[in-house]
Amino acid sequence: MAYLDHAATTPMLPEAVQAMTVQLAVTGNASSLHAAGRQARRTVEEAREALAQAIGARPSEVVFTSGGTESDNLAIKGLYWSRRAADPARTRVLASRVEHHAVLDAVQWLADHEGAHVDWLPVDAYGRVHPDALREAIARNPADVALATVMWANNEVGTVVPIRELADVAAEFDVPLHSDAVQAFGQLEVSFAGSGLDAMTVTGHKIGGPYGVGALLLRRDATPVPLLHGGGQERDVRSGTLDVPAIAAFATAATLAAERRADFAREVGALRDDLIAKIRQAVPDAVLNGDPAPDGRLPANAHFSFPGCEGDSLLLLLDAQGIECSTGSACTAGVAQPSHVLLAMGAESDRARGSLRFSLGHTSTQGDVDELAKAIGPVVTRARAAGLS
Amino acid sequence: MSEFAGVPSGPRKGGLLRVLAAMSGGVDSAVAAARAAEAGHEVTGVHLALSANPQSFRTGARGCCTIEDSRDARRAADVIGIPFYVWDLAERFREDVVEDFVTEYAAGRTPNPCLRCNEKIKFAALLDKALALGFDAVCTGHYARIVTRDDGSRELHRADDHAKDQSYVLGVLDERQLAHAMFPLGDTHTTKDEIRGEAERRGLAVARKPDSHDICFIADGDTQGFLAKRLGTAEGDIVDESGRRLGTHTGAYGFTVGQRKGLRLGVPAPDGKPRFVLDISPVNNTVTVGPAEALEVIALTGIKPRWCGEPPAGPGSYTAQLRAHGDDVPVTAELVSDELRVRFEEPVRGVAPGQAVVLYDGSRVVGSATIASTQRARDTASAGSGA
Repeated sequence: MAYLDHAATTPMLPEAVQAMTVQLAVTGNASSLHAAGRQARRTVEEAREALAQAIGARPSEVVFTSGGTESDNLAIKGLYWSRRAADPARTRVLASRVEHHAVLDAVQWLADHEGAHVDWLPVDAYGRVHPDALREAIARNPADVALATVMWANNEVGTVVPIRELADVAAEFDVPLHSDAVQAFGQLEVSFAGSGLDAMTVTGHKIGGPYGVGALLLRRDATPVPLLHGGGQERDVRSGTLDVPAIAAFATAATLAAERRADFAREVGALRDDLIAKIRQAVPDAVLNGDPAPDGRLPANAHFSFPGCEGDSLLLLLDAQGIECSTGSACTAGVAQPSHVLLAMGAESDRARGSLRFSLGHTSTQGDVDELAKAIGPVVTRARAAGLS
Repeated sequence: MSEFAGVPSGPRKGGLLRVLAAMSGGVDSAVAAARAAEAGHEVTGVHLALSANPQSFRTGARGCCTIEDSRDARRAADVIGIPFYVWDLAERFREDVVEDFVTEYAAGRTPNPCLRCNEKIKFAALLDKALALGFDAVCTGHYARIVTRDDGSRELHRADDHAKDQSYVLGVLDERQLAHAMFPLGDTHTTKDEIRGEAERRGLAVARKPDSHDICFIADGDTQGFLAKRLGTAEGDIVDESGRRLGTHTGAYGFTVGQRKGLRLGVPAPDGKPRFVLDISPVNNTVTVGPAEALEVIALTGIKPRWCGEPPAGPGSYTAQLRAHGDDVPVTAELVSDELRVRFEEPVRGVAPGQAVVLYDGSRVVGSATIASTQRARDTASAGSGA
């Protein structure tokens, strides 16, 4: 067995499992006023402080959510609504074409239902948004921009964007910038304060925490309109009884991810480099997608196109040998579609269809890489025979 | 764990095969896959995504019915304990089945898309891909039997349960396709109720799912509406055999030879008898109607013949089926160059060009052809000519 799909989800850290299971046995609604409630509230606030510490933010900037998708939706729809409410002229949304569907579809929904005008920011052949592209888009009419959103590191091809430079451009024009940092956190040095962002999405299950919990890092002066109305538990921006066990476990994982990040990045990066070298050796015409420079991409990511192969054929053949990877992000994995990320990068449809993402994580071993290296050659040969349907 | 990637394909020990089970999300294909797995074959389930939704921003999005079917198929695969994938064959399906369907109707013929799908998708695009990936066979939930002769060649036969028999829509399969087909439901005498009972016993949630009768790519069942959208509407005449105008219609493609309902003729026939569609002429957008006797056909010519084995050497006696769930009628058939000439012992009614004629020798499928033209019994009587 070789699990090479950590970007989809990565095993929970034992410490996070421990933190979660301890809390599962404890009763208390963090909004209750009695002792049990105060105890739950204390656990949440300690978690908030720990997460803030791990991510270079103030505790008051942490809004706990149900995960990446909710955080992205809250930032994009919420900021759009509040900015437009303050000034009806602000209906333009700037977003890159390589965003995760949680961003892409939220933006498109605003265009379809809320009168948003979308400017899709171009990316280069590695999938990177350049500060000039953002500047040019904003400068067309700075007064009508509601917000901009650019992911910190791409979930498919792993390319890292210069987020600080993009934030500086946005700040010049007083345009709020959101970034989906779901893949970046735990692999890159991520500091909310240092990034200059107005809003940033992170999630638990990509860093060794549980599913179903995440956070939107939100500057104090950013006041998105809520998606969920109710008790107003999180800064009146997000309602719903706080999931104390998940929040505690998420914070535990975040703390460890931040502590271990430099070592993890170095070790997993070396493993990833070996994986890339071995795939190239086994399949000389395989094309590495994304930035080939080691520091231009996520250290745990390798993404290849195998010319003449259908991604779903490759996946089936590898899966049958116990090697688990992805043809794209897991959300589109039901049906093989040409990756919108690769298409935006200018790849031909065939190259976009015949691609696989291998992503490593904290449990990855040399054995995993060697298993893949042994299997990939014959698998590609067979998938090539099956051709493109 | 499978070992089939990277090793030569071929039957495993004891005749056990690597089988790709096409799972529609319905009860039949789920039970078929379960039976194949239970027999010891190494089964992988695959649901074919056949309709893309180009309007959607998310290119992978499907119509709701398809998503539900896909989930049902996935759940069935989980319960059976086999790997499961969704394969996107929407483009091939659109080209080979949907466009063919529209073109045939536009030409005044009545296509059978299920047959086309078996010929071009399930036992062509899917089978070819399966074989290339190292599978030995494609398994479906069709009710038909495969008989292996002593020399190893294979014959397609009607299912034991004639009421459920689907050999008609498989009549287009040639020997090579048949060699890699597996129909676990046709091999035993099981009624549909028993299949549902079996699904229930196996814990398959699709046990109570209603049968699908409609054309899968016309989700609301409104074939006329679908065709009108694709072909537009154009008013034309409905005439009797003498050419007298009896009424109008909004598109000749909306009719099938033998059709009685939906003609909306204000004037009754002089003899008070019901009138039927006799002929559809897309060129001048005219539909001809007449009495039931005028529908009687004594012979037909089929094109694009396909044979499950050797084609008939000379004129021979067979039975023929002319539409899905149609009767089996005695015929004499002969292959003349690439045309199949079929003569009925007794006149038959409602033979629609575009449908398939499937020839049987007892329960065995001999082959099939697409009906290109028919010879009316009445014309024959008056003209006195043969087929």
